[in-house]
Amino acid sequence: MLKIMKYTLSDLLRSRWGLIYLGFFLLLTLSLLWLSGDVSKVVISLMNVILILCPLIAVMFGVMYFYNSREFTELLLAQPIRRTDIFWGQYLGLALSLSLSLLLGIGLPFLLYGLLASSEVLNFFVLVSTGVFLSFIFSGLAFYIALRNDNRIRGFGLAILVWLFFAVIYDGVFLLSLMLLKEYPLEHYSIVAAMFNPIDLSRILILLKLDISALMGYTGAVFRKFLGTGLGSTLSFGVLVLWVLVPAWSIRRLALRKDF
Amino acid sequence: MKTRLMRIYIVILFLGIGALGLRAGTVNVCADCPVKTIKEGIRQAQAGDVVLIGSGLYAEGNIVVDKPLTLRGVNYPVIDGQLTEEAFTITADSVTIEGLKIQNSGHNQLKDLAAIRVQRTKGYIIRSNILLNSYFGIYLEYAGAGEVYGNTIIGQAVTEANAGNAIHAWYVQGVNISHNFLKGHRDGIYLEFVTHSFIHDNHSTGNVRYGLHYMFSNDDAYYCNTFDHNGAGVAVMFSKRIVMTDNYFEHNWGRASYGLLLKEITDADIARNAFVSNTVGIMLEGASRIRYQNNQFKSNGWAVQVTGGCEDNNFIANNFLSNALDLVINGRLNSNTFDGNYWSEYNGYDLDRDGRGDVPHRPVKLFSYIISQSPESIILLRSFFVDLLNFSEKVSPALTPDNVLDNMPLMEEAQWAVGSRR
Repeated sequence: MLKIMKYTLSDLLRSRWGLIYLGFFLLLTLSLLWLSGDVSKVVISLMNVILILCPLIAVMFGVMYFYNSREFTELLLAQPIRRTDIFWGQYLGLALSLSLSLLLGIGLPFLLYGLLASSEVLNFFVLVSTGVFLSFIFSGLAFYIALRNDNRIRGFGLAILVWLFFAVIYDGVFLLSLMLLKEYPLEHYSIVAAMFNPIDLSRILILLKLDISALMGYTGAVFRKFLGTGLGSTLSFGVLVLWVLVPAWSIRRLALRKDF
Repeated sequence: MKTRLMRIYIVILFLGIGALGLRAGTVNVCADCPVKTIKEGIRQAQAGDVVLIGSGLYAEGNIVVDKPLTLRGVNYPVIDGQLTEEAFTITADSVTIEGLKIQNSGHNQLKDLAAIRVQRTKGYIIRSNILLNSYFGIYLEYAGAGEVYGNTIIGQAVTEANAGNAIHAWYVQGVNISHNFLKGHRDGIYLEFVTHSFIHDNHSTGNVRYGLHYMFSNDDAYYCNTFDHNGAGVAVMFSKRIVMTDNYFEHNWGRASYGLLLKEITDADIARNAFVSNTVGIMLEGASRIRYQNNQFKSNGWAVQVTGGCEDNNFIANNFLSNALDLVINGRLNSNTFDGNYWSEYNGYDLDRDGRGDVPHRPVKLFSYIISQSPESIILLRSFFVDLLNFSEKVSPALTPDNVLDNMPLMEEAQWAVGSRR
């Protein structure tokens, strides 16, 4: 597995798309830091970019990579290598390369800017780690989609739909349900509903660092406990880990059954 | 007005020094001295004398200071009220109390016991004392001009109902309260029917209710104070002509927590204050004819919240930086103006390069309306969908008041000469 992961990783790191992804983050972070000069403001701007872009790139890139390397995968399948090793190796290589681009692209400018001396170190780490989580989650989803669908068009369509669903539609439906059901106690409901969307979870993790003063304005006791104590962070973090594990496990199940 | 008051103080000071020069009597109180108790010291002293209190523990019950004396502690002698009595009651003019450590003065909700009570006098100076575990710390009632300076007052309040205020002033004129450290009481400073007073350079932190609280008090000023981690920073209620400048409000968090709460007040001036990381920066209820200039609102949940009955509030050259929501206004009738502020969220342009944006800025977001309808939706703060909603609302306002806008938003942060502290 490690060998395949290493191969995928080096393959992707040298590829054009990986470099473009890295360059984009470098340029974005540098220009944001240079233009605004306020680290906390940059963290907020980057938050929106990471929450939207990381899943999109991961899911699209994942599907693309899977379809493109299909022949190579078939070659590997003919060798005496376990299927789990092949697919997990590829998946890990992809997710790692995306995370690496993200880490370097955002981390280097911040380091140059003197992040370690500023008070925003913690916010920065939360930001980057949610980005890494999202890369892992959505490249896992992408692999799952691609494994299920041999039809490329269908696979790409589904991938975009998955991204659109988690990034926009889910929140829209969520908000609508909150408005429609506002007569009812919605505290538990809204916390649970947020758990089912990794993008919302990541956003809450960042909000807990950046906007806690606003969040504490809410009156409900359950919410206050969730947001005000370590419970919110721990729970969100744990569920994010689950969100990584479940697609990975599904890939394994599908890979073992699939007839190539 | 400030200089006139200063002049009065200087005159008082010189009179005091003069009186000392004439008499210069000193009564020593300590465990080994002929005079062993403070009460006895006060009885023997003549008007204008200094009673020097040596270090040690004095538990004498209620000590009444009924002549113009200076009670001065050497190495912070401890006066213990044993949780039953008021340590000092001052009933004479021109009494100075300094350098004492007063602890465990009585807790009594019927009598409002205090560590130091000033009763119907003027010219009092309460300076550099340490007051621990008091019910009320310093209680001024029906007092004239005087000074409360450099005291450290730390209580152990847990709930509002069972706690007193660190400094409590009731029917007082012209008091000067400065450089005190106030912690763990109900209100840091509470003023009721207090006029022409100056509150400055105090640090009020960790109080259960308010850091500073005005009720029915007119023509006062507070400046260069720091209020943090209180239930709410400052509450100004039912008062007129209060000047609030160069204060620092930080980290006042909670469901009813504000940096500054203005309730039924008129004709105030609020300038050069900094509001950082509060749940609500300024909350306005029935506040009218107030000018807000050069204030800094940074990383608050709600920077400014305007509820009903607020008229003619003018926001000029303030900075709104990275707040979750800059402005919330209830109601459609609006006579408040927000022209010429800096909004970090403004994304217009300035083609004629006059430093003012060419497109008006709408500080009220649709999301604030949604939150008021369904508070749980706060969990969707800053999500992409909410940003989309806000954007479409900004383009064509349907639910937010369309007359709340900044017609000439600043392109750069407003700059001003900072106050004495920062």
